Amino acid sequence: MNRIWKKRMNKLGVSLVIVLLGLLFISPLLWMIVASLKPETLIFKDMGLESFLPKQANFDNYLAILFTDSVNFLKYMWNSLFSVGMIVILGTVVNSLCAYALVKLKFPGSGFILVVIIALYVVPFESVLIPLYVVVNSFGWINEFPSLIVPFIAEAFSIFLFIQFFKGIPNELEEAAQIDGANPFQVFWKIVVPNSKPVFATAAILSFVTHWSDFMWPLIVATDESIRTVQVGIQYLFTDNNIEYGQIMAALTLTTIPVVLIFIFFQRYYVQGITSSGVKG
Amino acid sequence: MEWLLNRIQGGKAVRLSLTYGQQKKWLGFLFSVPALVLLFTFLILPVGLAFVYSFMEYNMLNPQGKTFTGLSNYARLFQDAIFFTALKNTLYFSVLVVPLQCAVALGLAILVNKKVKTAVIGRVFFFSPVVTSMVVVAILWTFLYNVDSGLINSALNFFGIPSQPFLLSEGQAMNSIIFMSVWQGAGFQMMIFLAGLKDVPETLYEAADIDGANAWQKFWNVTLPSLKNVTGFVLMITTIQAFRLFIQPYVMTNGGPSDSTKTLVFILYENGFQFRDVGYSSAIAVVFFLVVLSVSLILKKVLNQ
Repeated sequence: MNRIWKKRMNKLGVSLVIVLLGLLFISPLLWMIVASLKPETLIFKDMGLESFLPKQANFDNYLAILFTDSVNFLKYMWNSLFSVGMIVILGTVVNSLCAYALVKLKFPGSGFILVVIIALYVVPFESVLIPLYVVVNSFGWINEFPSLIVPFIAEAFSIFLFIQFFKGIPNELEEAAQIDGANPFQVFWKIVVPNSKPVFATAAILSFVTHWSDFMWPLIVATDESIRTVQVGIQYLFTDNNIEYGQIMAALTLTTIPVVLIFIFFQRYYVQGITSSGVKG
Repeated sequence: MEWLLNRIQGGKAVRLSLTYGQQKKWLGFLFSVPALVLLFTFLILPVGLAFVYSFMEYNMLNPQGKTFTGLSNYARLFQDAIFFTALKNTLYFSVLVVPLQCAVALGLAILVNKKVKTAVIGRVFFFSPVVTSMVVVAILWTFLYNVDSGLINSALNFFGIPSQPFLLSEGQAMNSIIFMSVWQGAGFQMMIFLAGLKDVPETLYEAADIDGANAWQKFWNVTLPSLKNVTGFVLMITTIQAFRLFIQPYVMTNGGPSDSTKTLVFILYENGFQFRDVGYSSAIAVVFFLVVLSVSLILKKVLNQ
């Protein structure tokens, strides 16, 4: 009896710690959402716990940020969605084809290429920032969408993810299709792709989440307002003295929504993307 | 596809004569070409160019006037006080943030790995800052750290502690950034630790129970040794991530006050895109790359022992 009681108290204690710590963790984000729903005068008037109460809640800040003519927030959102969407679509095609070729179609030199790709993974992006700018500039892409998309289509880590997965697909499947007269492309399209949906989802989501929060590169190549991305856009809003705090909070919340939606609907693949890199590493 | 195979074999009716093995060779090459061309143009070539530019006097405003000047950029770098400040700040941030973030992440992972009903809520709450981008988080926390009206100071006042300057003070700015970064990033490493914890066999804990081990002994003798590989990996990615610090100082402090939050990547950006000095900025990039590379190699060696 005593032991069971002790165990129960233990569990209750753990639950309590989790909930309290959890609330502490999420409180900055809660404050952001509550502030985005408040009239300007209340945001910094309400202090302490009161600042978490959505008093006089309304969507005025959201309407202002979305539909004021002088603020192009919707345009920024679209620019980000478009460029990141293109990276994801083109990237999954290019990287999966490359991984398939390296693992299953072993051609002369594929072993060497594999080593080079894995080595490239250690290069921090910041160290190629300036020469990459020079290259992209020489193509005339500054302030054009290709500058936000093309350099990020091929990605060593994404190829690596596909390779790990494709290795696990038994060669017998491939051979069976081959006997039926399929060529390597048909094998890829009809056998490998349908059997690899999880890795496609993982790679696509990882790529979306990574590039959605990109800041430094768009800051440099997308200075023109017409292709400004949302992360750079909110930073401009933040430094603009004319804007109200409630509207900034609304913009921050809206910027986060796409990733939240991905987390809600594709949680499994999202988390897999994080851990697959970790556990095998 | 048939057209292609025909072309490759010089227009002969080759479809039948190409074996699957031959098709594999050609198509393998073909499938990997787009990725390889892109990787070469936008990664391998820039790596090479970074080295080349670092030996040049090259300003973006005068691209025609670029000339090789040998090691002069490096000589300038090692006499530049700002460079050493940035290096010191980057190291300070990394040395504090890496153990803190990993320890918090491990603690949270152990907590939400317990078989209690609130564990799922905990996972979502602890992970939620990761879902938020660093720019969003940095803007938000600039408000939270506000001296007069920030939430954190109002909480401190509630406990009778006077308001702190946080981002406005030379002594507190970097620590404030560290605190925020741990909060933002720990959920990411928590997920990796959690996956690792799931792989620890339950029988090990049962055996420890029979031996009468307490919670601390179980952590020290069962959990930690079982997580050795995972911990090594987490330390590695967290360290590399830490060295890349840029967004927080850029958004929150603009490198100040008095350069106290300038980092290597910050001065790389500043020299490259504000002063347009490609040559000098490339030298910083090369040094940055070498620092990150040697730190990860040292870490790898230490972890393997």
